[in-house]
Amino acid sequence: MTRRTLTSVVVAGVAAASLCAAGVLAAAGQQSPPPAKPQVSAKAEEHLEVGPPPFTDGIFPCTACHKDLKVNRTRRVLTDMHTEIDFSHDAEHRWCLDCHDATDRDHLHLASGELVPFDESYRLCGQCHGEKFRDWRAGIHGRRTGEWNGRKKYLLCASCHNPHQPRFKPIVPKPAPVRPSGPAK
Amino acid sequence: MAANGQRTGVTRRQFTTTAAAAAAGFVMTACGPKRLHEMPKERLKVLIAEMERKYAEQYGTAIHVADTPATPGVEFAYALDISRCVGCRRCVYACVEENNQSRDPQVHWIRVFSMEKGKGVDFTEATAYYQPKEVPEEGHFYVPVACQQCRNSPCTKTCPTGATWTEPDGVVVIDYDWCIGCRCCMAACPYGARHFNWKAPGLAKEQINPATHYLGNRPRPKGVVEKCTFCIQRTRAGRYPACVEICPVGARKFGNLLDPESEIRYIIDHKRVLVLKEELNTLPKFFYFYAT
Repeated sequence: MTRRTLTSVVVAGVAAASLCAAGVLAAAGQQSPPPAKPQVSAKAEEHLEVGPPPFTDGIFPCTACHKDLKVNRTRRVLTDMHTEIDFSHDAEHRWCLDCHDATDRDHLHLASGELVPFDESYRLCGQCHGEKFRDWRAGIHGRRTGEWNGRKKYLLCASCHNPHQPRFKPIVPKPAPVRPSGPAK
Repeated sequence: MAANGQRTGVTRRQFTTTAAAAAAGFVMTACGPKRLHEMPKERLKVLIAEMERKYAEQYGTAIHVADTPATPGVEFAYALDISRCVGCRRCVYACVEENNQSRDPQVHWIRVFSMEKGKGVDFTEATAYYQPKEVPEEGHFYVPVACQQCRNSPCTKTCPTGATWTEPDGVVVIDYDWCIGCRCCMAACPYGARHFNWKAPGLAKEQINPATHYLGNRPRPKGVVEKCTFCIQRTRAGRYPACVEICPVGARKFGNLLDPESEIRYIIDHKRVLVLKEELNTLPKFFYFYAT
């Protein structure tokens, strides 16, 4: 090989190396705007996509029994039916008809008297638990599944918090990790 | 010199020519494609098809390896609510199932630390080996730790082969075919978030999640490092990571840091947020917060 050929080969190699380096540096400095998301806003007051209300089997619609029963607004401990409910949600001040509507048992009612269906029960919970409701709407409170940049499925408050006994019970943890076993024998 | 006076061996001209050609060749290949993510797309597809074929042979089941690239304008971040975590470890095991981790020897990408409320977030007083009958234990709170996807990561700086790097969407990934298993990155990581396959991973056919990504949860060989990739196979397809979806108390939040309407930005704007080992200046993208 002549000296000329040799020089050209080395120069070509060095040129290729510097082109590579330049390419890497150029790629590192780019910024782009966030990708556009579909127009599903969790801030809209309209119907959020929530899971179904966690009814006991067969309990709904309540009017199946209640449309024929006389309404008794006296605050009392129930003895005839619904005795399995152990009520501890501010039991000192509240009772059933503070949330359940007396005349239409298929609905709950807000403090204003407005009826809300069971799949919008978050509006009722949000009356007293306003900051939790605000956080839940923003997705900070409670579990959501779905897409981080698209449709999200919320769970109703009642899906996690039993409205009659809202305090979480402790759960059994999954097993602890095994301790490292040390050097192989 | 041979007996007849002729020169034997390599001449100076030959030596210089060969050395220069070798040097030029080295320079050309040093700039040429090496790691999986630097390869041209067609070559990558060929390699991935080869990977899928080998997995099918090894595990007897079809495994799909995706090569979804990062979306521009996305930087993933994570937030964990330590006022809600009850230490149930369902995230740990959901991660194991989603990400094809070795069952025996056991590899967990997430470690949940139990800490005492009086002592605060202090790793010297924490334990990951708690096993009470029920959680949460009285007077304790829980801090799950996995890869913090640091913006200023010590691990990527330390790797001698460049087998680990930060992707454009902020996830620190490992090329399992390039990693030589030196474990420098494990020594560098202040969070103990990287895990090594000391033996061939024990992963049965029924336990495999076939939806994988070449930089994420595809089954690993013996002798490579692995760690949380923010479920790159799910998040690049738009879904939440497995740990976010399984958490029964909704303590885990995930989103795009560059999107002002994401949960992550809401949390940073409105809640008390902290990062672990802040003094090390790793700038994690994993934030811990108190919702209450």
